Amino acid sequence: MNAKTADKIATTVIYAIAGSVALVLAAMLAFILVRGLPHLSWHFLTAQARSFEAGGGIGIQLFNSFYLLILAMLISFPIALGAAIYLNEYAKPTIWTSMVRTAIEVMSSLPSVVVGLFGFLIFVVKLKLGFSIISGAIALTFFNLPILTRSIETSLSQIPNLQREAGAALGLSRFETVIHIILPAAVPSIVTGVVISAGRVFGEAAALIFTAGQSAPSLDFGDWNPFNLASPLSPFRPAETLAVHIWKINSEGIMPDLSLVSAGASAVLIIVVLLFNFSARRLGTLLYKKLTKS
Amino acid sequence: MDLITEKIKKTSLSTKQDRFGKFISALALILITAVVVLIFGFVITRGLATFTTNKVSVSKFLFGTNWNPSVVDPKTGQQGIGALPLITGSLAVTILAAIIATPFAIGTAVFMTEIAKKRGSRIMQPVIELLVGIPSVVYGVIGLTVVVPAVRSIFGGTGLGILSGTIVLFVMILPTITSMTVDSLKGVPRYYRESALAIGATRWQMIYKVILRAATPGILTAIVFGMARAFGEALAVQMVIGNAAKMPGSLVSPAATLTSVLTMGIGNTVMGTLQNNVLWSLAMILLLMSLVFNLLIRWIGRKGELK
Repeated sequence: MNAKTADKIATTVIYAIAGSVALVLAAMLAFILVRGLPHLSWHFLTAQARSFEAGGGIGIQLFNSFYLLILAMLISFPIALGAAIYLNEYAKPTIWTSMVRTAIEVMSSLPSVVVGLFGFLIFVVKLKLGFSIISGAIALTFFNLPILTRSIETSLSQIPNLQREAGAALGLSRFETVIHIILPAAVPSIVTGVVISAGRVFGEAAALIFTAGQSAPSLDFGDWNPFNLASPLSPFRPAETLAVHIWKINSEGIMPDLSLVSAGASAVLIIVVLLFNFSARRLGTLLYKKLTKS
Repeated sequence: MDLITEKIKKTSLSTKQDRFGKFISALALILITAVVVLIFGFVITRGLATFTTNKVSVSKFLFGTNWNPSVVDPKTGQQGIGALPLITGSLAVTILAAIIATPFAIGTAVFMTEIAKKRGSRIMQPVIELLVGIPSVVYGVIGLTVVVPAVRSIFGGTGLGILSGTIVLFVMILPTITSMTVDSLKGVPRYYRESALAIGATRWQMIYKVILRAATPGILTAIVFGMARAFGEALAVQMVIGNAAKMPGSLVSPAATLTSVLTMGIGNTVMGTLQNNVLWSLAMILLLMSLVFNLLIRWIGRKGELK
């Protein structure tokens, strides 16, 4: 075959492949949004879920998802930040450093269901915390730590060494250089990384089924004392999140409007994740502009 | 004079701060490493209990075809703890999904980096990156509402099975493999392209004989990464595979995977019983497989470096 004919055929094939992939992916997003959006209403977003009759909402699940996300981020961010600072600023290339890096890499590729099982074994069973927000938040932390550490480390490593040398020339210690020079310069990309990982945590379900549980007892939104079990802030109550709810009703739900609830909840989940992704980039550039005065 | 000597000899405040900061950040790192070690330690000791406490033979567990841990077989007086159907199911959906996804991912990545760079970077790139972040339950919902009915109307039966699982995983790992392939294609130096074109290669010859060859280690890494994700995926697969733990007879009959059995079973068994221990053994297989994928990625990376 002529090389030019082959080139034309190959180009056509590649166009066709790329076109069909774009079509499938776009159709998927459209499918979820078109099916789900009509079902969204203030009532759906705030009402309690119902197991046997139509008209239930996803209010508690939505709240649980955000609450778990915030708790997991509060726990995992300082740890990830510390680990990333050590890896990028202090660690020398020794055998230990490479072993720790390997450990983080291995952890990031662990199936999330295994992370969930581990959380179940340690927190739910051994420490007798039961299915609770705190067990779920810690499981999510395990799930999130390696991703966040690597993303912060990448952000730090992108700051040119000139900055570190400048800090040293001013007589700052390494720690002072990190706190006053490197971190502020890395804030935009750190924020982007944090928000993107928040999107992943928000949609995670497999790690939560056996840690935060699969039930969402009704909450008393007038009671903000974290030590009361009915309070939304209580860390010891079981908390089904939105993603777990979608899985649960699709596997064993029996309410008559199941497909509507499932479509609506999926749409909400996707919209939140997309919002996280979009705002991550926007927030990053915005912060960069503000902080660098350019 | 003494004052100055003292000041110089004493550890300064910023050195103390530095030590403190180093200590704290090292502590965070040690914590992460400890968590990894703990996960491995606990899952493996739990998983080995099947073989040490319950005296199940390893070959029976790995190659037995009868999975039914809660029922005692009246003929043999033993529970069915052969995990081969589940291992087969997991491997089948993973490998099939990777085989289907690879040409699509490479084609799309080549389109984005070599053929339509502008459209590629402006439209496709952000869309693919967004899709990487879509939660797996959503893929499961799409599988249940679109893929399963379609499979049912074409092949009959329930529509649940390995084929549906494969299709769902294919769509799920496609963005992952594509975006990693794009990165590795972008990593091919510009002068490779220029020299290929300069000696008279057509665009396709340049792509096929130079760029794809140079990017092979990166592309392989992307595929293995996608397979690791597919192998460990629990909920999306569990929703469409049918959860029947028997040797898969065809692609469209209900089957089960390691992850689907784990998600269904762990809440319904009592700690310390054989039924529970074998589930931990399944988790151990998952853990070891993710380690294997990890080693594979490192090995490919090292092979690629040598060239």
